[in-house]
Amino acid sequence: MSVDTATVKRIASLARIAITEEEAGRLAPELGNILGWIEQLGEVDTRDVAPMTAVIPNHLRLRDDVVTDGGVRDAVLSNAPQAEHGFFAVPKVIE
Amino acid sequence: MTELTDLGVAAIRDGVQDGAFSAREVAEAFVAKVSAAKQLNAFLVETPDHAFAAADAADKARAAGEAAKPLAGVPIGMKDLFCTKGVPSTAASHILEGFTPPYESTVSQKLWDAGAGMLGKLNMDQFAMGSSNETSAFGNVISPWRRSDGGNAPLAPGGSSGGSSAAIAARLCPAATGTDTGGSIRQPAAFTGIAGIKPTYGRCSRFGIVAFASSLDQAGPMARDVRDCAIMLEAMAGFDARDATSLELDVPRWEAGLSSDLKGKRIGIPKEYRVENMPSEIDALWQRGIDWARDAGAEIVEVSLPHTKYALPAYYIIAPAEASSNLARYDGVRYGLRDLPDGANLQDMYAATRAAGFGDEVKRRIMIGTYVLSAGYYDAYFTQASKVRTLIARDFDAAWESCDLLLTPTAPSAAFALGEKSADPIAMYLNDVFTVPSSLAGLPAMSVPAGLDGHGLPLGLQVIGKALDEQGVLNAGLALEQRAGFAARPEAWW
Repeated sequence: MSVDTATVKRIASLARIAITEEEAGRLAPELGNILGWIEQLGEVDTRDVAPMTAVIPNHLRLRDDVVTDGGVRDAVLSNAPQAEHGFFAVPKVIE
Repeated sequence: MTELTDLGVAAIRDGVQDGAFSAREVAEAFVAKVSAAKQLNAFLVETPDHAFAAADAADKARAAGEAAKPLAGVPIGMKDLFCTKGVPSTAASHILEGFTPPYESTVSQKLWDAGAGMLGKLNMDQFAMGSSNETSAFGNVISPWRRSDGGNAPLAPGGSSGGSSAAIAARLCPAATGTDTGGSIRQPAAFTGIAGIKPTYGRCSRFGIVAFASSLDQAGPMARDVRDCAIMLEAMAGFDARDATSLELDVPRWEAGLSSDLKGKRIGIPKEYRVENMPSEIDALWQRGIDWARDAGAEIVEVSLPHTKYALPAYYIIAPAEASSNLARYDGVRYGLRDLPDGANLQDMYAATRAAGFGDEVKRRIMIGTYVLSAGYYDAYFTQASKVRTLIARDFDAAWESCDLLLTPTAPSAAFALGEKSADPIAMYLNDVFTVPSSLAGLPAMSVPAGLDGHGLPLGLQVIGKALDEQGVLNAGLALEQRAGFAARPEAWW
């Protein structure tokens, strides 16, 4: 499996990770090797096999639709790199 | 007199209860050891005040004649993957530097409720991604063990719970929490000559544990012996409504149920675990383990787990896929690092923050995960891996027709030197060859120290059990532990 630098850049962009040309060049063979190695799964016959969705059989619980938490705005914001007026602040997104 | 720091969990608990020593004395002894062991880099944060407060509470309760809590007077280490209220929690990543959780993880809260105190937060592989502790953003943990060849090559304590394993082996704490996604409790335990158990998926709540791969992540204890693991696990396990996959079951009394009599038990030896190039010492250790199990009364049967060789590649699709999704939350907006280059827009800020905050291995796994989940590849990779996971679980189900437990080596080698495998991701991934299949199937599994290799380094044996049969796993572990008589410990050089 060979992965080219254009693919690496596309994946990095989907993953929202900035990479340099040099990093893309280094990552291409690394990712290619790993993907080549995991491609051996293709040889397993999985016709009529359902993908696993729960490791241990368990049922999803329901609870009453009532408020159980909240009123902790300041705690929620306490770790924000930038918080203003009770909100998370980010660079301007609308001109 | 034995040094207090040489005592394990049960001995400390009992000694405090009997008044042989005070909890305060125990906490002081361990705090001093922790603070003198900086060279090992096992602790990211030291919290002596937390340990002292718990110790004083235990002493006060005893003086007042109150019933002792199960872990009263026992100071422990907490892997930095657990969020601890008011104490920085980073998952050993720069992207969480400065993050101080305003809440407590369920598992750590249960331990404090049981009377334990915290000596500090333990170093680990960044986001639990690694098998050697070399991916921590805050430096490698150095194993207290050294090869007996006179060389002082720094060795890996295993990973990802390498701070936990190093700290326990070095007697900096009698027990610690670990988490295991593909072997992160068992492999470091094997590398450092201690015990560790990953319980059935769903036994311990994941609430407040920094998420790596949610369908695999499971907390468990690490300690010097099987009994101490049982005591710790009883305190850590239990239903939690805040984790949708938490099992709504009572916590068995594992310590009281301990028995090393394996009469009537059938122990399976999976033939596919005899991998190519396995060192003869590991093979010999495995054989000794088989003899010990037989000596304890078990019947030995050969079993087959035909899809074993596909477990690692399936894991390296499923775990990165889940990680790429879980780690999307680190965006520089709500907590942790923010990198905002001049004139950057929101998208640039996300990308710059994540580039600056994540380490190389984390980026590699996020990108693999993003790739296998991307349009056009999802079915070929992720769906296929999830189907193979079903087949791996079926292999175990079929094996349980003819046996009750499985016995295997924990890792394919003893501890390697730092730097030895870090250039080749796949060579590093292969370390988890014996631990990943049971993780994929959600089964309980534990490593117990079983011997030393030719260089004087510890080797571990693994016991894998049926879902919810932690008792069977612990009992077999105890039978092996008693016969192995592992008493070696690293000589203090730090």
